[in-house]
Amino acid sequence: MATKASHPNSLSKKEAAVGGYFKAISAIVWKDLRAEFRSWELISAMLVFSLLAILIFNFALELDVKTRQSVTAGVLWATFAFAGTLGLNRSMSIEKDRGCLDGLLLAPVDRSAIYFGKFFSNLAFMLIVEAIVLPVYSVLYNTNLFHPGLIAVILLGSIGYTSVGTLLAAMSVQTRTRDVLLPILLFPVAFAVLLSAVKASGGFLNGADFAEISFPINLLIVYDIIFIAISFMLFDAVVEE
Amino acid sequence: MIVVKKLVKRFGLKTVLRGVDFAVQPGEFVALLGPNGAGKTTFLRILAALSRPTLGEVRIAGYKLPDEAAQVRARLGVVSHLSLLYNDLTAEENLRFYARMYNVENSSARIAAVLAMIGLEARRRDLVRTYSRGMQQRLAIGRAVLHDPQIMLLDEPYTGLDQDASSMLDAALKAVAAEGRTIVMTSHDLARAEELAARFDILSRGIIVASATRKQIKKNNLLSFYKQALAD
Amino acid sequence: MNNKPLALKILDLISIVLLLAATYLSIFVAPMERVMGNVQRVFYFHVGTAWVALIGFIFTAALSVIYLTTKNLKWDRIQVAAVEVSVVFFLITIILGSIWARPAWNTWWTWDPRLTTAAVVELVYIAYFMLRQGLDDPNKRANFSAIYALIGGLSAPITFFSIRLFRTIHPVVIAGTNAEAEGSFSMSGGMLQAFFFALFAFTVIFIDLFWNRIRLGEAQAKVEEMKINAAY
Repeated sequence: MATKASHPNSLSKKEAAVGGYFKAISAIVWKDLRAEFRSWELISAMLVFSLLAILIFNFALELDVKTRQSVTAGVLWATFAFAGTLGLNRSMSIEKDRGCLDGLLLAPVDRSAIYFGKFFSNLAFMLIVEAIVLPVYSVLYNTNLFHPGLIAVILLGSIGYTSVGTLLAAMSVQTRTRDVLLPILLFPVAFAVLLSAVKASGGFLNGADFAEISFPINLLIVYDIIFIAISFMLFDAVVEE
Repeated sequence: MIVVKKLVKRFGLKTVLRGVDFAVQPGEFVALLGPNGAGKTTFLRILAALSRPTLGEVRIAGYKLPDEAAQVRARLGVVSHLSLLYNDLTAEENLRFYARMYNVENSSARIAAVLAMIGLEARRRDLVRTYSRGMQQRLAIGRAVLHDPQIMLLDEPYTGLDQDASSMLDAALKAVAAEGRTIVMTSHDLARAEELAARFDILSRGIIVASATRKQIKKNNLLSFYKQALAD
Repeated sequence: MNNKPLALKILDLISIVLLLAATYLSIFVAPMERVMGNVQRVFYFHVGTAWVALIGFIFTAALSVIYLTTKNLKWDRIQVAAVEVSVVFFLITIILGSIWARPAWNTWWTWDPRLTTAAVVELVYIAYFMLRQGLDDPNKRANFSAIYALIGGLSAPITFFSIRLFRTIHPVVIAGTNAEAEGSFSMSGGMLQAFFFALFAFTVIFIDLFWNRIRLGEAQAKVEEMKINAAY
């Protein structure tokens, strides 16, 4: 019977654990980005989907100058939401396919580090896609979307959407109906994020008073905090057996 | 090194393990044999702290599961029939990733040493996607020994390998065993098990029905021992 | 399976009597509303079903927490029962509301905060059942259901506030006034009587159905167990 390794200095042990926690998060993000910048399969799928969605919206809504003003925010967020589920699904399927999720769970780090690693990767993918879609949309419709307020809203909205999306994707990939289940689970609970984001984005684009925009922004912040906290607490239960 | 007492695992109402008693001494190589559905994989997943025991006691390297899972995980290396590798990363990148997850010190030197041991130095910059099944499995072993674990758990490592790949995996496993690690391997391939292991435990319907050391089984008699155990 | 307990049989009978009585009170006894006329009478059942469904959903979220801390499958069975009964009652609420809205607002449906929240909440719990459908392992199913029900329960109030970004026309009958509300009315004595009786009746009916559904869940679990034992 082996004896337990002694730890003469408990403080340094704790520091090492904290260091290991952030190292694990950054390792997962590094690994995801590295693989993605090589294959581009996830981002390219999200991008092509986004452009197609905008194309369809263009004709379905007849986006002339007048309607565009009122629906741009809605078109953008509907596009981001649908493209987002593609990315979330794929990102989790990669972990499931070759047992890599087990590989992550075998590592001696807290399970929430795995959640945050995947959360930051997924957020990065979503922001990259948004960073490409926005200028393309600006060029196609000759509207300026580079408003710092809008960018802040997109960041807040994407954080909220990805935080709960990462948790639900980790659940949906473990089900039999994994390909179709994620949007069904995600959209009803992310409804508030999408609605607030549309309202706030539209407010910035149409130059509304800040008083009108501040409520949806506060709601986004509240949502982000609640759902990151709850995912942090529940992720353990999603991956345990 | 591993002590399991009266381990029960239920999935809902279905009882997969019904009171397993199991112990492994340091440095021992134990093969866990049994038919499909006997509970081998479930048992190994509990030892690997991937699955929680329903009842019973599991101690690994002196640490209790599931309470001290983090300490146990740091001392375990796991190889399964899935590779646990990322296709779009190179061999070196896969190892670097896991070295960070395990917080391995001096990781570059360790990665180089592991690649040399599994004979994949020349192809370390190639994507895992381009590897044959056998090479992937060798890299999976490299991944598992990266943090120099005291204990190795191998779940059907030979699944899907051809003859050549199997013998290369044999060599890699023998190298791993020679470093004094404690190893538990599940298999339904008796010949492989006979070649590697020093003790054979047979799991059937969720309990260990028989156990024998290499000495107790005369040469080439594992098959009859196995059949006898299952028949009882 | 045990026979139905006597208390439950009596409760079944009481529920039927209460349902008939509540119907009688709201249709024949309660006075006719001046402006809207007879269609206002669906209001008693509308609020009655909404009341129990919402209590049921709050209860569901509490059951999630209880399950996730105890991991006892009994709480999962109770949760399914609560969600199932609540979903049905809530659907009735929405349909009755729609029937009332047609003459009152001149439309079957409008994207008012309460209506939209109701629709989204209903979709959350339909998704809950789709999630369950895709999982075979009872522990995992219970785990995921509890997590999803908790997330759904937490998102519902935020959803409500987010739709508040747009104005509401839904009347607030009990407390507070809304200047923009259309079709609001104040209740006279006879109406209040029918109203509170409907609340009481639906509470009892809910408990009765809930109890029956829990028993059904237990019977299902027992059948599953028998099947598994028969396989051995």
